[in-house]
Amino acid sequence: MSEVKLMKGNEAFAEALIRAGTDAYFGYPITPQSEVVEYLMSQKPYETTGMVVLQCESEVAAINMCYGGAGAGFKVATSSSSPGISLKQEGISYLAGAELPALILNVARGGPGLGTIQPAQSDYFQATKGGGHGDYRLFVLAPSSVQEMADFVPLAFDVAFKYRNPAMILSDGIIGQMMEKVTLFEPIPRRSLEQIEKECPWATTGKKPNRERNIITSLDLDPISQEKHVMKLKEKYEKMQAELRYEEINTDDAEYLIVAYGSSARICHKVVSIARKQGLKVGLLRPITLFPFPYKRINELANKVKHILVTELSLGQMVEDVKLAVEGKVPVYFYGRTGGAIYTPVEILEYLKTKL
Amino acid sequence: MITYKDIIKPENLVYRRTPLLTQKTLSFCPGCGHGTVHRLIMEVVEEMNIQQDTIGIAPVGCSVLAYEFMDIDMQQAAHGRATALATALSRLMPNKYVFTYQGDGDLAAIGTAETIHACNRGENFIIIFINNGIYGMTGGQMAPTTIPDMITTTSPYGRDTKIMGNPLKITELVAQLPGTCYVTRQSVHTPNNVRKTKKAIRNAFEYIKQKKGTCFIEVVSNCPSGWRMTPLQANKWMEENMFKHYPLGDLKVPSNENVKQ
Repeated sequence: MSEVKLMKGNEAFAEALIRAGTDAYFGYPITPQSEVVEYLMSQKPYETTGMVVLQCESEVAAINMCYGGAGAGFKVATSSSSPGISLKQEGISYLAGAELPALILNVARGGPGLGTIQPAQSDYFQATKGGGHGDYRLFVLAPSSVQEMADFVPLAFDVAFKYRNPAMILSDGIIGQMMEKVTLFEPIPRRSLEQIEKECPWATTGKKPNRERNIITSLDLDPISQEKHVMKLKEKYEKMQAELRYEEINTDDAEYLIVAYGSSARICHKVVSIARKQGLKVGLLRPITLFPFPYKRINELANKVKHILVTELSLGQMVEDVKLAVEGKVPVYFYGRTGGAIYTPVEILEYLKTKL
Repeated sequence: MITYKDIIKPENLVYRRTPLLTQKTLSFCPGCGHGTVHRLIMEVVEEMNIQQDTIGIAPVGCSVLAYEFMDIDMQQAAHGRATALATALSRLMPNKYVFTYQGDGDLAAIGTAETIHACNRGENFIIIFINNGIYGMTGGQMAPTTIPDMITTTSPYGRDTKIMGNPLKITELVAQLPGTCYVTRQSVHTPNNVRKTKKAIRNAFEYIKQKKGTCFIEVVSNCPSGWRMTPLQANKWMEENMFKHYPLGDLKVPSNENVKQ
């Protein structure tokens, strides 16, 4: 029986971790995501599902604990906000290099540096283009509601294990902090060690007599075999295109298209409804996955609209991908606020009207 | 007349290479202590019959290739982070034996926070700490444990503690933490010391079985290549200089128990 609750985005994520049969969560406090570890500690899942919950000495330790648990085939997760996610980048690169599944939540805030604790979308490049060192990509989901903060947890784990690749939920302080009604999915039990060993034959759970030893590493000193490994990763990222998800609102007859994700998409949804009331044919495309990115669909829509407006709570990061997708067919405009400031729907609509 | 065929019989066997070491030739420099410690760990795992339940962690440094030589499941960690990996593994699989195998740069410089916090939480795994006072793999740079006046490529006139700081006695430090149950300092430069180190490793695995908390074994070792010495010179120099700063022996043993040495 599904349960409906009024929750913060961060709490919904934490509750979803328990319900998704997560084996371990490793965290470190940072605003605006501290409710994740607070909620888990209050729920004591270690007494119910046996899930390990640990407040670590640093974000660096937390992501490396994820690496250790993931290397043994466990469902592991960590969360942080922008500065803490920067600290995790080395570990994320190692996870990708060693092909380990893990879930990382970024409840992003304004920056650079210590920046602000207010929401921002300025970590798009970091999430989608690599972030850490080396050639790798993450599977990136961008929730735009508290409901999606919960629902994306099992989805992210599924994709992470399917491709043996870390997955990131790129949220922000708006989605993490706001409260909404959320329908919680039915709990999925944690897997037994036997199930893990069956599903993850690569896991380091102890060498059995019937198999060779398992080694989790991202090291290969021979350049030719390292190149082969990276090419294998590339093939994996190409296959991951099958996981593309996006949502369209009023795009059928749209003359003007807005492309926005996460909290911005939520705000732009309102822009569309106000614009429609005023007789302006505005549509919205919301990328749900940021990697893979809906290049093809945006390119198709570029054939039908007069121009495209990208809005982000940043100086403009996803707009570069939209421009790549559009291939110069129509003008691509950008409207952004940054540093923790947030635009209103009217503000965006006023900007859009200057481009008609 | 007695021939070799009369001697090579199972009942006469006094020593053999443990099958838990892989067939791969060790890539360590001549005289290096790493190979000996690798062997001792694998001998203990074999003797306790726990190959199926043992997971090792090799981080960055000369220890990084340990998984090439140990026939057990292993993970390679980012520089300094071995005890973070071990924390997750031992908590998720509390009935397994988890150990890290770390050098001084890894454990006592870049990984200091992870080392201290894992020991302070009393995580149930073994830390094997090879201290040769130098960064071996990168070519002999000064380490956190480099002793005063010791020459390295980044202290070419000797470690001047006024400028470069003091060697960190991290073993003494972790011995003070409530989470550690067994802290000892050993060496592998003589047969007698090899036997003592093996006993210490065995003790540690037994304590892990009893879930007593973090076991920390420092092995003061050499680095003939990094120290620019022959293996014999290196061992002599180690005895005369390293042991003054890093005296051998137990720093902490589980309460109400005397460890036999």
